[in-house]
Amino acid sequence: MSAVSEAVSGMAANSEAPMPAVPLILDVNNVEVIYDRVILVLKGVSLAVPRGGIVAILGANGAGKTTTLKAISNLLRAERGEVTKGSITFDDHRVDNLSPHQLVRAGCIQVMEGRQCFVHLTIEENLLTGAFTRKDGKRAINDDLERIYTYFPKLKDRRKSQAGYTSGGEQQMMAFGRAMMSRPKMILLDEPSMGLAPQIVEQIFEIVRDVNQRENISFLIAEQNTNMALRYAHYGYIMETGRIVMDGAASALRENEDVKEFYLGVSGGGRKNFKDLKFYKRRKRWLS
Amino acid sequence: MSDAVIAKGDGDAARWRKALPALATLGALAAIVAAAMTGVIARGNLVYDVFIDPFIAIASLPDLFVQTVWEGFVAGVLYALIALGFVLIYKASGVFNFAQGIMVVFAALTLVGLYEFMDNAGLPAGGFLALLALVLTLAVMFALAVTVERVVLRPLVNQPEIILFMATFGLTYVLIGFGEMVFGGNPKVMITQALGLPTGVSDFAILGGRVSIQHLDVAAAIIATTMIACLAFFFQYTRIGRALRAVADSHKAALSVGITLNQIWIVVWFAAGIVALVTGIMWGARSDVSFALDIIALKALPVLILGGFTSIPGAIIGGLIIGIGEKLGEFYWGPLFGNGIETWFAYIIALIFLLFRPHGLFGEKIIERI
Repeated sequence: MSAVSEAVSGMAANSEAPMPAVPLILDVNNVEVIYDRVILVLKGVSLAVPRGGIVAILGANGAGKTTTLKAISNLLRAERGEVTKGSITFDDHRVDNLSPHQLVRAGCIQVMEGRQCFVHLTIEENLLTGAFTRKDGKRAINDDLERIYTYFPKLKDRRKSQAGYTSGGEQQMMAFGRAMMSRPKMILLDEPSMGLAPQIVEQIFEIVRDVNQRENISFLIAEQNTNMALRYAHYGYIMETGRIVMDGAASALRENEDVKEFYLGVSGGGRKNFKDLKFYKRRKRWLS
Repeated sequence: MSDAVIAKGDGDAARWRKALPALATLGALAAIVAAAMTGVIARGNLVYDVFIDPFIAIASLPDLFVQTVWEGFVAGVLYALIALGFVLIYKASGVFNFAQGIMVVFAALTLVGLYEFMDNAGLPAGGFLALLALVLTLAVMFALAVTVERVVLRPLVNQPEIILFMATFGLTYVLIGFGEMVFGGNPKVMITQALGLPTGVSDFAILGGRVSIQHLDVAAAIIATTMIACLAFFFQYTRIGRALRAVADSHKAALSVGITLNQIWIVVWFAAGIVALVTGIMWGARSDVSFALDIIALKALPVLILGGFTSIPGAIIGGLIIGIGEKLGEFYWGPLFGNGIETWFAYIIALIFLLFRPHGLFGEKIIERI
C-alpha cells in the first residue's frame, strides 16, 4: 500500500501532491487498455481519488477519459476491451477482475455517458433499478428513494412519466439518482454536461458538491467542460491520447497558462483572431 | 431545448389521412350490402359469396357460430401461449427465438419420455409419477436455460441481433437431434389422465341448438389465463421483473447499475421453458407429441406481428384474434377457396392489421430523440 501511495505522490511531484496523508478510495496504477486485442487506448494511466474527494479527468474527445472510467467500473469487457497492465484498487481491495455487478455491490458505480436511461420504464422504476444489488429490504430502499427526491425535486414531479419522454436534464438527474440508489461509496460520472444547457450543467454540479459533502460519496468525473469541472473538483488530471499529461489541485490547474490556453480558451496575449488560430500548427504536448 | 420527442401522427390532417382507408372500406361494404338488398348481386356472384352469404349463415345458425368461436378461442389461447414464449425472450434479450417451437416439443417429449421411463422401471403409474415427471421436466428446462446462457448467449454478448437469431436456428437443430437421439422419432401420447387433466365433454343448449365444450379446453383456458396473469404480475411488480424490462431497454445501462445479465437471461429462458412445457402439454393433449408440433412456431409469427413483439397483452389479444379469425374464416369462407385456408389465413389477418398498426396492436412505440 505504501509503495503505491509513494508512486502516486512521485507521479504528482511536479505539482502539489494530492494530500498525501489522506487515505485513498481509488488507486489506479499504470493501467494499459487494449480494445479488440489490437487497439492500444490507455498507455499507462495512474490516478488516485482520496476518500470524500471530487476528482476530475479532463481532456478532448478521444483522450481516453471514458475508457479510464470503464476500466475502473469493468464495463470494458462488454465492449471487447481489456486491462492488460497495471492494477486498480478500490476501497483497499484489488478490483481488476470483479464483474460490474460485484463492483456495484462493493460501492463503486458508473453513470454512463449520454444518460442511458431505460426509456420504457417510468422515472421511479428507473431509480429502483439502481437498487438491484441491494439486499437491505423494501423499506430502506423506499427511504432512499424519498431522500433522492429531495436532491432532485423535479424527478418527484415526473416519477410516473416514461423516462424516454423526459428532458435531457431530467434524464441526467435520473441517471445520477439511479446511481445513488445503490448506496455507493464512489460514483464515476461520465460527461454529465453532455448536450445540456449551461444552467442545467451548473445545477448538476451543484448537486454533485452537495451529495459529496452530505453523503460523503467520492466522485471521479470525466468532463470536457474544463471550466465547470475545475470549479467544483478538488483535484484534476488532464489526459491526451491515452496518457495523463498533467495533474494538480483544481485551483492550480485553473491558473496554469497551458490549461488556460488549450482548454479554457484564454491565452496570455489576449484574445487571438480566428484567422491566426487557424495557422496554429499543432497542440503542445507535455510529455512524449 | 434542443431535445424534442417525436410523436408520430400529430394534428387533425394526419389523423384523417390515417382513417381514410378504414372509411373507404366501410363505404365499399355499405355499397355491397345495398347492392345485395336490391338484388343487383345474388348467390353465385363472388362478391355476394364473400360479403353476404357467410353472414346469412351466421344469422341462421347462431349455435354453430358460437361453437366455432369457442373453438377459435381455445386455439387462440394456445397461440397466445406460444407467442408469450417468444415475447418473453424478445423483451429481455432482443432475440427472436426461433427455437421456441422446438422447445415446446422438447418439453412435452421430456415429460412423456420421463414418465414412460419411470413407468417401465417399475414405479407405480398414476398421479404421483406424473407429478414427479413434471418436476424433473422443469429441472431439465432449467438446465437447458443455463446451458443456452453459457454456450450460446454469453459468448455472443454485444453481437448484432441477427447473429443471435441465427444462433437460435442452430439451437433448433441441436434440440431436434438431441430429442430424437434420446426419445426416438416416434410420436408419443401425452399423459393427459395421469396429469389429472379432465377429458369429458359437456353439451349446452343455447340459441336453439347445442354447443359442446371439451373439458380439456376449459382447463387449458384457465391454466393459460392464470399463467399469463402470474407472468404479467412478475414483470410489472417484482425486482427481477423490473430488471428484465430494464435489460430489454439497454444492456449497457443495465450492466452499469449492477444488473447481472447472465442471471436475467437464465430466468428469462427458464420462464420461456415453463411456458413451452405448458403449451406442450395442452397442445400434445389434443394431438400426439411429435416433432411435427414445431410448426406451431410458425403459427406464432402472425400472432406476434399482430400483437407486437414486445407486449404480453399483445400476445394474448393477438392470439385470440388469430385463433378466432382463423376458425371463422375456415368455417364460413373456407369452402369458397376449396377449404384448408387455416394455414395461410392467419398471415392475411396479420397483414391487414399491419397496414394500420405498423408496430403491432400493442408493440412498444420506438422512442427516439433528435
